[in-house]
Amino acid sequence: MRSRLAVAAVAAFGLFAATAYAATDTITLGAAVSLTGKYSINGKYTRDGYNLAVKRINDAGGLKVGDKTYKLEVKYYDDESTPARAAQLAERLVDQDGVKFVLGPYSSGLTKAMAPVTERYKVPMVEANGASRSLFTKGYKYLFAVLSTSDQYLSSAVDLMDEQVEKNGGDPSSVKIAGAFQNDPFSQDVRQGVVNEGKQYGMRMVIDDQLPPQLDDMSATLTKVKALKPDLLTVSGHAKGAILAVNQIAEMKVHADMIAMTHCDSAGIIKKYGKNAEYILCASQWDRSLAYKDDLFGSAEDFAELVEKEYGYAPPYQVAESAAAVEVYADAFERAGSLDPRKVRDALAATDTQTFYGNIDFNDQGENIAKPMVLYQVQDGEYKVVAPTKWAASKVRYPIPPWSER
Amino acid sequence: MWSNLQILLQAPAFGVDLAVNGVLVGAVFALVAFGMALVWGVMNVINVAQGELVMLGGYVTWLVSRLGVNPFAGLPVSMAVLFVVGWLMYRIVVFRVVDRDMFISVLATFGLGILLAQLINQVFGSDLRTASPDLGTLLFMNGIVSVGVVKLAAFVLALLVGVLLWLFIKFSRLGQAIRATAQNPRAARILGVETDHVFAFTFALNAALCGAAGSLAVMAYTIHPYIGLPYTVRSFMIVVTAGVGNLPGVVVAGLGLGVAENFAGFLLGAQFQVAFVFLLMVLVLVVRSRLLRHQRKYLE
Repeated sequence: MRSRLAVAAVAAFGLFAATAYAATDTITLGAAVSLTGKYSINGKYTRDGYNLAVKRINDAGGLKVGDKTYKLEVKYYDDESTPARAAQLAERLVDQDGVKFVLGPYSSGLTKAMAPVTERYKVPMVEANGASRSLFTKGYKYLFAVLSTSDQYLSSAVDLMDEQVEKNGGDPSSVKIAGAFQNDPFSQDVRQGVVNEGKQYGMRMVIDDQLPPQLDDMSATLTKVKALKPDLLTVSGHAKGAILAVNQIAEMKVHADMIAMTHCDSAGIIKKYGKNAEYILCASQWDRSLAYKDDLFGSAEDFAELVEKEYGYAPPYQVAESAAAVEVYADAFERAGSLDPRKVRDALAATDTQTFYGNIDFNDQGENIAKPMVLYQVQDGEYKVVAPTKWAASKVRYPIPPWSER
Repeated sequence: MWSNLQILLQAPAFGVDLAVNGVLVGAVFALVAFGMALVWGVMNVINVAQGELVMLGGYVTWLVSRLGVNPFAGLPVSMAVLFVVGWLMYRIVVFRVVDRDMFISVLATFGLGILLAQLINQVFGSDLRTASPDLGTLLFMNGIVSVGVVKLAAFVLALLVGVLLWLFIKFSRLGQAIRATAQNPRAARILGVETDHVFAFTFALNAALCGAAGSLAVMAYTIHPYIGLPYTVRSFMIVVTAGVGNLPGVVVAGLGLGVAENFAGFLLGAQFQVAFVFLLMVLVLVVRSRLLRHQRKYLE
């Protein structure tokens, strides 16, 4: 008896679910993000960004595609921070789950693993967290990235160095650069950007170390920095590298006139290291003080406040760019007037819009060429935008005073 | 590489800096290796989850420091908590594999290691954690040699914990039982030693040692859920180099490894620092198996 009741209940529920499904038209976006493994923090930021944009769009009544209104939803899988798993999941999303629109995972390595799959199925992927240059040299037609490519992250610091040295009457070609970059596609692109930009000014790369991902002590590299006294020290190794670097630079009292790194904000260096984080320059895709706006979120500051309200933290740029990826999709759906992946792809390629995150305009490779990188400096316990100089609100503090005077 | 070597030749002070910092970190390695040697020698089990126990110890101290207490107070807490964790690990899993083939115990502890790492990642996230007591830095030789006071403290505490444990094993009743079991478990059993109890205690003791190492690591360095494997590999390599029953050898090999790693990182670049440990391990294994083969020939 009881079991028959259960069967009836299940059947009824199934019927209900089926009708509920038919009543609202939904566009399902598929995403594999890192909920476990080494990228789980940034994976969570990625998911939060996607969810926030989806919620905002649905709350505003959904999307008008052709003459129908659709709600958005995202189907998530956990890629465990491993490329092989991400590729598998891309296959599963498209082939088994029938997802026709994919959102990117976190990190260049995983995006690199998924892109060939989405490309093969001719399914668009709008991604917000894979900045490696190599993603855009393979002739992919269905890949679109809203963020600036990774070679631009710290090349902006080299530019700033050149500017400052010249301003103080020095010779930029006498500048010595030290670099410590993690051994992964993203950080190696950052390195390439620094090397190329430095070459243009005739600067010399005196230290060029690769940090293995397992390393949790970079004192050997920093001892070298003490010995060779470079003017500009650049570090890139995701949040982990930033924490390690700030920690050990302070402990070993390592000095350079300018120190720049990536991922400081997602690493939370100000909160963790307070005064020891002062003067450090951080590359960022986005900042809440920038003047970009859109209809969905309002200004960059509005977006930041919304994230604080919804999730209880101040958004690192990973949240912003992920939300922007969903916005780009929404914009393309409406312009395409169709849910045919090819038409949406063409609409994506023609994107030219401003979001709270920045201007978006894709070139033929799917790179966003309309948005430059930002450099912060930690000044009196706060991030202040100091570069590019033309719209920076604050002046860069250069050179960094020696430790004995701090 | 040659230009880096030139730096060392022209300004040996940098070599001193590398050596001093290497010795300091080496003491933490030695402590972990000590525990591994203990379990290996007494139970004939290679605990591959060694590094994960270190990581766990680090998280306990980190939690303690978040309560606003001085992180040094976390050291005994980490040891106590990990003692219990180790005891539970033995009672739930490890006792099933003690008498079995060593390969099975390697697999079992490897599984435990993955479980612990993922569990911590699930609870605390993959963020890097540190609980630095902020004691400042000592500078010597024109500021070239920098020694974090906390690293110095970690070094002293690591040695202290090691010495206390050695005294315990040497002179206490339970220590004697542990040594007896290591020599011959069957004979020990016949003479009234409860070997199962000794195994459980040994494993728990090892976990407590790892807890101490993790506690020191989170104060002087950084931890995250995936630091386990490098610690396991390092301690394996130290024990293989020194030999299971050779305590002074473990200490020397541990400190030596710390120094060697730092010099490798400086001379070859940071990319080879961890790779160098693996390379060294291969070399040590080759040399040791050569030596053992010679011994066997001699016996024939």
